[in-house]
Amino acid sequence: MSGSCGRNPPPFPDNEDLEAEIDARVLDSDEEDEGEDIFTGARSKPTTPTSAPDEGDIFSEEGSYIRSDVHHTTNGLHSDEELDLFTEATVELTLTNTTSQGRREIIGPTASACNTTHVPNSILKPSIVTKTMEELEEEESGDQFELNIAVTNPEKIGDGMTAYMSYKVSTQTTLPMFANKTFTVRRRFSDFLGLYEKMSAKNSLMGCIIPPAPQKSVVGMTKVKVGKEDSSSAEFVEKRRAALERYLQRVVAHPSLLQDPDVREFLERDELPRAVNTQTLSGPGLLKMINRASDAVNKMTIKINESDNWFESKLQEVENEEQLLRRLHAAVDSLVNHRKELCINTAVFSKSVAMLGSVEENSALSRALSQLAEVEDKMEQLHQQQAFSDFFILAELLADYVRLLGAVRCCFEQRMKVWQRLQEAQITLQKKREAEAKLLWANKPEKLQQAKDDINEWESKVSQYERDFERVTCTVRKEVLRFEKEKARDFKQHIVKYLESLLHTQHRLVKCWEAFLPEAKAIA
Amino acid sequence: MMQEGLDDGPDFLSEEDRGPRAVNVDLQTDATLQVDISDALSERDKVKFTVHTKSTLPNFKQNEFSVVRQHEEFIWLHDSFVENEEYAGYIIPPAPPRPDFDASREKLQKLGEGEGSMTKEEFTKMKQELEAEYLAIFKKTVAMHEVFLCRVAAHPVLRKDLNFHVFLEYNQDLSVRGKNKKEKLEDFFKNVVKSADGVLVAGVKDVDDFFEHEKTFLLEYHNRVKDSSAKSDRMIRSHKSAADDINRIASTLYTLGTQDSTDLCKFFLKVSELFEKTRKIEARVAADEDLKLADLLKYYLRESQAAKDLLYRRGRALVDYENANKALDKARAKNKDVLQAETTQQVCCQKFEKISESAKQELIDFKTRRVAAFRKNLVELAELELKHAKGNLQLLQSCLGVLKGDT
Repeated sequence: MSGSCGRNPPPFPDNEDLEAEIDARVLDSDEEDEGEDIFTGARSKPTTPTSAPDEGDIFSEEGSYIRSDVHHTTNGLHSDEELDLFTEATVELTLTNTTSQGRREIIGPTASACNTTHVPNSILKPSIVTKTMEELEEEESGDQFELNIAVTNPEKIGDGMTAYMSYKVSTQTTLPMFANKTFTVRRRFSDFLGLYEKMSAKNSLMGCIIPPAPQKSVVGMTKVKVGKEDSSSAEFVEKRRAALERYLQRVVAHPSLLQDPDVREFLERDELPRAVNTQTLSGPGLLKMINRASDAVNKMTIKINESDNWFESKLQEVENEEQLLRRLHAAVDSLVNHRKELCINTAVFSKSVAMLGSVEENSALSRALSQLAEVEDKMEQLHQQQAFSDFFILAELLADYVRLLGAVRCCFEQRMKVWQRLQEAQITLQKKREAEAKLLWANKPEKLQQAKDDINEWESKVSQYERDFERVTCTVRKEVLRFEKEKARDFKQHIVKYLESLLHTQHRLVKCWEAFLPEAKAIA
Repeated sequence: MMQEGLDDGPDFLSEEDRGPRAVNVDLQTDATLQVDISDALSERDKVKFTVHTKSTLPNFKQNEFSVVRQHEEFIWLHDSFVENEEYAGYIIPPAPPRPDFDASREKLQKLGEGEGSMTKEEFTKMKQELEAEYLAIFKKTVAMHEVFLCRVAAHPVLRKDLNFHVFLEYNQDLSVRGKNKKEKLEDFFKNVVKSADGVLVAGVKDVDDFFEHEKTFLLEYHNRVKDSSAKSDRMIRSHKSAADDINRIASTLYTLGTQDSTDLCKFFLKVSELFEKTRKIEARVAADEDLKLADLLKYYLRESQAAKDLLYRRGRALVDYENANKALDKARAKNKDVLQAETTQQVCCQKFEKISESAKQELIDFKTRRVAAFRKNLVELAELELKHAKGNLQLLQSCLGVLKGDT
């Protein structure tokens, strides 16, 4: 399994204090909350490892220590504003040179990307607390380690159908296992998929929840390749960039995956060999599809005799939840579409009212009508931003979790497979024993030695597989608990953020109409 | 199916505004004649309005009385005004549109069919929604019929019309049947002829600057209002769809929240509750925009058409007058049928001058009414939007406070 990090974790009480401190800071001012947004490389809520005694044990295990560090994210968050790399990633309103430069880079490929990349700016409130990384490090005892990742600067490389988008992956970390504190590499989408394939293959029967990579999209990519520079392809690129960022963040949040050399290579190495087995119509691709089909058939026929039905009920829970989240995602998707529609219709209406106002003879009414047109215009912008929030904060979260729950189900299936393997080995062992008995009875000493060897071989296999099964069972349980915590935190955080965006919209609405009211009253 | 539930009509009107519901017109309520619709009943295909009159005029037998009328009888009254030559010089208040519950009924039917595929809570919720929608359409149609009557009652000449008094007072069925197919076809042809004629007449340049200006203005205004009305409808429909989506989100969150009793589930339940409430507000926003903005535009679409009709009639009279003049000159030149030509010319002249005189005043009144109505509605729209946005704000703030405090 994942290697031990070879460090002694500091005693927990320190953790607690520091986290309590950070908690207070987080909850203290609205500004800090506003500053946290999905585009930063870090998450915003620290975990409290000592919340339950047995969970404390989990966290004292190897590798999990690192994970709790990742969640001292307020440091990472505020330091983001200082480091150039991350100001680009965060697209904040702090007007440092680097920020504007960074933003220009993002806007680089298409002019129309302005629409989608500028919009998030206005979601955020302008006031952002800036703290230098050094200050924050001093505040903590310096024992904590962190890892922040940002995916930025999508750039189109090449032309025509062989073109691809290249993304900048920037890492900022204090973990000693990396050569530098900050480093950047460029990666393309198939690199990310390749990483997922590698991790999937390595962990195939371990019972870990491997975060799924973002999905391919032939339509989306073709538009980009063909060079169609409109807002939908810019939106697609932005959607993909954000998805890739979230993917990496989830990967490094997983304690054992972070230790994986492939992950490190992905983050650090300048040039990665091209991952060819990720193409849909390649040999490995087709093989995958066939395997998946056969897996589906297998699933239906296995049932484990369990001592406690934790696994059975948990799996049922997971399946229910997946279904409900799908439904929720569909509803949010519908909302996004209707808001976009509302946006368009409001813009059209606004123009129509402006025309009406220009015809109207009464000058006060004419003025009021053109004011109304302006109000509707502002509403259109508000609707657009809201739709953006709806999508990026809520819809993508839900889509991610539907897929993650699929990955969770995979874990259960893996355990199932391990058990099956164990069963088969036990059956084989039994057969070998019977064969030996028969030989003894038939008195054929030459073959006896072979039979004894066979039995030994299978006995050791059975005990190996028993250990494997125990281990997988333990891992799956652990993973599910970790996942649930993360999920709870993720959902709460995102929903709170979403509600804040709604709040912001309503504030702006109030301002719009308050400005209009006197104009309406002035009609005479 | 659902109609039975709504047959207990009387109660629904005892809501917010009980006074003159003349939203789109600013009318002086005059003690000598006050008309309103005090009640309405929805029965299958028909809506029965209870028209209530209060008057100090001597021609009525009582001071206060009510009758029951249906939509067709309103149309009959309107048409009688239009066909009356005496009223050619006035803007005839536009007829109220036919009550249209088809869309709502269709939705209810679809809901009934899809009952099996959703949970009981979802079904009851959607049913309540649709019933509320039905009610809203109902209220609107009542308001529009009332506005028509109030406009007639406020008009110095039309209020004296005999048909109008019969309409108000005669407490038996007026036996006004809806137009049959032949009559509808006749109407259609009449309209075609009229619009062709209208184009011809409009082409004639008017000597009077005032009317010439009005002609151009009304034409353009009418087109712009038509455009705005259609677009406001589309915008509001999108808004309603978005509110419906929030409804679905709230229900699904609720289901998620009831799966377990973990922290996250409690969180979901709270958020679900919040969305329920904000959805209601969003639905109200859409409904208010519909009432204050869309209905306003629709009404002035119809009124500007009525004004255009007036101008057409005047134009027609002008053409007739000019033709009569030419005929008279010809007759004098030939010295044949001079007397006849003279009388015709006199009649035409009188007609034209009568129309012109009242038309001028009518058009000026139209302007005043329009400005007042827009002012009233825009102010109310802004106030309502503010009220709802602030309501939303409060809900969101308190919910966020609770959620952040918990976590």
